[in-house]
Amino acid sequence: MKILVCISNVPDTTSKINFTEGDTKFDTNGVQFIINPNDEFGLTRAMWFKEKQNAVVHIATVGGANVEPTMRKALAIGADEAIRVNADPTDGFFVAEQLAAIIKDGAYDLVIAGRESIDYNGGMVPGIIASILDMNFVNTCIKLEVEGTEATAVREIDGGKEKIATTLPLIIGGQKGLVEESDLRIPNMRGIMMARQKKLSVIEPIAAIHATKDTKFEKPAAKGSVKLVTSVDELIDLLHNEAKAI
Amino acid sequence: MSVLVYTESENGKFKKNAFEVASYAHEVAQKMGTTATAVSFNASENESLGNYGISKVLNIKNDELKTFNAKAFAAAIQEAAAKEGAKVLILSSSADTKYVAPLLAGHLKAGYIPNVIAAPESINPFTVKRTTFSNKGFALSEITTDVKIVGVSNNAFGSIENKVATTIEDFSPTLNASHFSTKSVEIDKVVGKATIADADVVVSGGRGLKGPENWGMIEELAEVLGAATACSKPVSDLGWRPHGEHVGQTGKPVASNLYIAIGISGAIQHLAGVSSSKVKVVINNDPEAPFFKAADYGIVGDAFEVVPSLIEKLKEFKAQNA
Repeated sequence: MKILVCISNVPDTTSKINFTEGDTKFDTNGVQFIINPNDEFGLTRAMWFKEKQNAVVHIATVGGANVEPTMRKALAIGADEAIRVNADPTDGFFVAEQLAAIIKDGAYDLVIAGRESIDYNGGMVPGIIASILDMNFVNTCIKLEVEGTEATAVREIDGGKEKIATTLPLIIGGQKGLVEESDLRIPNMRGIMMARQKKLSVIEPIAAIHATKDTKFEKPAAKGSVKLVTSVDELIDLLHNEAKAI
Repeated sequence: MSVLVYTESENGKFKKNAFEVASYAHEVAQKMGTTATAVSFNASENESLGNYGISKVLNIKNDELKTFNAKAFAAAIQEAAAKEGAKVLILSSSADTKYVAPLLAGHLKAGYIPNVIAAPESINPFTVKRTTFSNKGFALSEITTDVKIVGVSNNAFGSIENKVATTIEDFSPTLNASHFSTKSVEIDKVVGKATIADADVVVSGGRGLKGPENWGMIEELAEVLGAATACSKPVSDLGWRPHGEHVGQTGKPVASNLYIAIGISGAIQHLAGVSSSKVKVVINNDPEAPFFKAADYGIVGDAFEVVPSLIEKLKEFKAQNA
């Protein structure tokens, strides 16, 4: 089985978010970048397929040279090869078209992407890839088993979960649950050394549409101070009469 | 050139968000000088959409579509959009619509903006405001393609009554076996309880509750309020509660009218997940808990004393205000 894991390079979850250039760009100053958490769960599940079912695991990212440390981390975790599309990932449709071209050329059986990136939260890349390539698709995937060309997935739905049967080639939008958080891997020294030797191809983007653009950003308005109360009666009164919440 | 809205239903009944996205579609249609058409799947009471500004309902009656199937639903919505010449498609932010919307975007070569929190700022260019960076920021985003898809955040726009005359037209999309290449085998869903996605009130517990055996009072408080239950990340990591209840940056976002956090200190990732909630209440015995800085109301106290008291007082309040 040949697996492609799509990796997004995102600010660490503890990052303070600021904007620059007249609030038109995300301010990367002082921000630590990481593998998108939803992608990291998928990458770890791919490692399981590599170890148990001899799968070959490649990763792909759309981004400038600045994303390579994140890609090297994915290689250190155990991915075999990496492909970077040398373009700014400013639009989900554009990113999906780049990744679809790689998937088509590489004839991947299984594509694992995160359900959404934690920065722009588009949540569209795996689904658009599926429609472009007419692949089977399971979103918000929390479990995945593959036997031959048969796949069984579980997806999270509002208020529960749904088990789905399908076949390869398949793309999933994965998330926490694909593996437990405690199973996520920290690259060891051997992995880091080996990652330096692994192939990281840089390719130029194909012609593709940009379907959306962010023209301006803003931060939420500053919050007023909390109203501390000393009794539940007072709380109920405030929720009813002031906040109109009950 | 109407605006097309996908109004979700379950067991024949429209979900709460159906009326919200219908209201949103009506607003967009008015701004565009056109009308709003809904596509509904096996729903009864289609005429109720007329209360929220829907002039026409394309009513699909198809037993194969009684269970949600993203590929088949996307094909049906796409065909409905073509039939209506719709250039703007409106969807909610449920798990199912976030599954369908990207498929539609790919097929229609359409720009898709999810997590939209207000009516379009302008129609030309088509510009909407959405949340980004897991609710730590907002973006004004422009859709530059001919066909545009908008995913409206739950509880962001509200259900707004605008009664119009409605026609209901049967609609039979052309589907084939390839549309059912993913098959639902089993659905495990809590029935009769509010879900985090569309609940008006969410009651959430953290590590301060000390163990899963203490969740009874969280569930009881939720029951009194008709609320959904949720939890912080450490709680789901510890296996006290299912992953599906984990609220935060890597879990579920909450956009309820009221969010009650009990024994949750308020890590930055958790606060990002709940920042779209309108009123936030914190109950915590640590006065330095960061959540107090993000909350509207707070009680510094022991959850094991405050929550049972709150349950009793709320029951009295409900009885008096019934």
